[in-house]
Amino acid sequence: MTKKMQSLVCRECGKEYPTQDIHVCELCFGPLEVKYDYTAIKQVMTKEKILSGPPSLWRYADLLPVEGTNYVGLHAGYTPLVHAKNLGHFLGLDHLYIKNDCVNHPTLSFKDRVVAVAMTRARELGFETVACASTGNLANSVSAHAASAGMACYVFIPGDLEAAKVLGNLIYKPNVVEIEGNYDDVNRLCSEIAGERRWAFVNINIRPYYAEGSKTLAFETVEQLGWRAPDQVVVPMASGSLLTKIWKGLKEFEKIGLVDSVPTKVNGAQAEGCSPIATAHLNGRDFFKPVKPKTIAKSLAIGNPADGYYALKATAETQGAMDMVTDEEIVESIKLLAQTEGIFAETAGGVTIGVLQKLVKKGHIKRNDVTVAYITGNGLKTQEAVVDAVGRPFRIQPHLSHFTKTFGIEEQA
Amino acid sequence: MARLRFHIRYPEEKIPEPILYEIGQEYQVVPSIRRADVRETTGWMDVEFTGEADEIDKAIQGLRTKGCIVDPIELNVVE
Ligand SMILES: Cc1ncc(COP(=O)(O)O)c(C=O)c1O
Ligand SMILES: [Zn+2]
Repeated sequence: MTKKMQSLVCRECGKEYPTQDIHVCELCFGPLEVKYDYTAIKQVMTKEKILSGPPSLWRYADLLPVEGTNYVGLHAGYTPLVHAKNLGHFLGLDHLYIKNDCVNHPTLSFKDRVVAVAMTRARELGFETVACASTGNLANSVSAHAASAGMACYVFIPGDLEAAKVLGNLIYKPNVVEIEGNYDDVNRLCSEIAGERRWAFVNINIRPYYAEGSKTLAFETVEQLGWRAPDQVVVPMASGSLLTKIWKGLKEFEKIGLVDSVPTKVNGAQAEGCSPIATAHLNGRDFFKPVKPKTIAKSLAIGNPADGYYALKATAETQGAMDMVTDEEIVESIKLLAQTEGIFAETAGGVTIGVLQKLVKKGHIKRNDVTVAYITGNGLKTQEAVVDAVGRPFRIQPHLSHFTKTFGIEEQA
Repeated sequence: MARLRFHIRYPEEKIPEPILYEIGQEYQVVPSIRRADVRETTGWMDVEFTGEADEIDKAIQGLRTKGCIVDPIELNVVE
């Protein structure tokens, strides 16, 4: 096969590096990104080849930063794209689609995509130990993939996490390290450990490869829409990486001729309690100010986001929009999606649907726009957020009359 | 000797002050600026500190005391 990955290239100064486990430019400290040989990829990556590939993100392997086929995470990706007619009707949209990564495998969030790619590359680079610093979805995914790949695993978590999130790691038996101290301390220690161990920290030293996994959400969207790019996408933002990579993925498909044009407006969604990127956009700024997060959307609670600057750029470039929603709106939106489409999303999904609704109201998204909302995590993981907002079951004695009385219906003869 | 890389953000009102120079005077660390954006409304720098690890720690604390937000060069890594 031709060598599709050419180098890692600095997003700021353009200096190129070999495709190793480095993530920061030695010269200017800018982040590195994978550079591909699109001419070579165009020769081999056809619709026919994709259609005959496995029902997972590996059907797009030609545009992923791995060299061989010894994949970790065989079942990530290729999740349903649901034509959301009920929710669309409610919002006044004729072509609304939900990309449902609630059911991504194995750990029910889009993080299985980035982790599958990161760990495959990590193994190619000779790593035997993987690690991450996380408050939830990422840790779950790394722990599960490490178990199945037989790799040693360290997961670093803040000392004040909810029991369910800790358990979601422990069950796979990685080394779970709880760090005492405030967020800044935890953050700094993790970055220091990443600097001094020869481990694959998936979202630190493997980040250039890891982040590429998110492109597969764009590839699948195009394929599932019948080889066209949507008019609008709504993407939840934490670090902002997912949004920038969805945009990159769409442009790559255009570059290699799998779509004719990309008219897509790339829209970003955040929670009001942690909205550094959306606030910058709404204020017309090309830079953001870090914040101290306070929101129920914990998976999006990144106060100083690594890709915030690039997310702002992608949205501006595509004439997209950004907006934010309150915690109450998040809960209402989770319920709305569940009750119209039968999809139970986590808080990040509530953020996406809430902002979708706002952008429709503002007239930014129009009835005829082919619109894709990215639902990136499963509601069963963040039950605390909605437990007080869903009511209680009807409780009755085991008598038919109690049942009929409760519902005010006649007993049938 | 350690070399550690940081992203330092200044509060608006401190932008005119020579904070990094002061830190270099107050602690046994050598700062090297690689990239920066300083305007009326924002100011940040990507900086490498060379020195003993403990001394770098103290310099970071010093920066925080002066009102700066200091993160690793990767910014927030706990995702
Ligand atoms: C469920 C969910 N959705 C969206 C995101 C946002 O991802 P990114 O950091 O790439 O912006 C995350 C990140 O942690 C997440 O867990
Ligand atoms: Zn550079």
